[in-house]
Amino acid sequence: MSMTSRWLPMPFHSLLLLAVWLMLNGSLSLGHLLLGSVLAIVIPLICAPLQVPQPKIARPLKALRYVIMVLGDIVVANVQVALLVVGPMRRINPGFVAVPLDLDETFPITVLASTVTMTPGTVSAEVSSDRNWLYVHVLNMPDDEQEVIDLIKTRYEAAIKEIFAC
Amino acid sequence: MNFWVELLISVLLILGGVFVLVGSIGLIRLKDLYVRLHAPTKATTLGLGGILLGSMVYMSHQHGYLTIHELLITLFLVITAPVTAHILAKVAMHHEVPMMKRTRNAEHVSTARKQQAPGDTKDQD
Repeated sequence: MSMTSRWLPMPFHSLLLLAVWLMLNGSLSLGHLLLGSVLAIVIPLICAPLQVPQPKIARPLKALRYVIMVLGDIVVANVQVALLVVGPMRRINPGFVAVPLDLDETFPITVLASTVTMTPGTVSAEVSSDRNWLYVHVLNMPDDEQEVIDLIKTRYEAAIKEIFAC
Repeated sequence: MNFWVELLISVLLILGGVFVLVGSIGLIRLKDLYVRLHAPTKATTLGLGGILLGSMVYMSHQHGYLTIHELLITLFLVITAPVTAHILAKVAMHHEVPMMKRTRNAEHVSTARKQQAPGDTKDQD
């Protein structure tokens, strides 16, 4: 085992930890650099054995575009839900849908489930233990539930598949 | 402080406040646990986002440099809020928490609990 993988088992996480530490303290002083570096080395050493291998992000630019698209969708979702909440309750027709999943790694499914929760009118509720189905609660169901399933599959799942190249 | 900066901060704070308020109203008005989950996960993310943006503009203006604490708070919020909502919904499904009468496809709750494949009776795929 090389020196780097022995002392820095998760180099990216180490950098991230150091950056977050410096940002939280809002300072670049020697003291915080030292303390942050110690944390950035010690915490990954403790956490590395807990790691589960996950697919890497294969298309970083696509990932960035995805984040921006989801941020836009979050704004739309907020306005839609706010209008439904203050409007008459009879306009709310909730329902469940089961979305068949093409993804099979845990991390991409987590990303998809989180996105579904943050975006218009849907909250993810359960992933079946064989990872084939994502159950989603819909705040206001359109007449055809296939619309919701197609939206999740084409807008989000397809993009996540490209990002992780899986 | 410059009038326009003050105006911008005020607008951001009011916008944020309105969304947080709507999220809280949703908690009272909505009828069952699943529907109620939508209010805090959605309305409050934008609400807090607005308040944090206001704070960012204020701090940047006061100190003359960009503060990034707020961005970190937003990041942690966006990562944790969906996880909480997912776990709450999952627990509710497995405890068969009662839902609004007109909830469609309520049978998904029992297929999810029994870990069966859904859709035998429906026209999916």
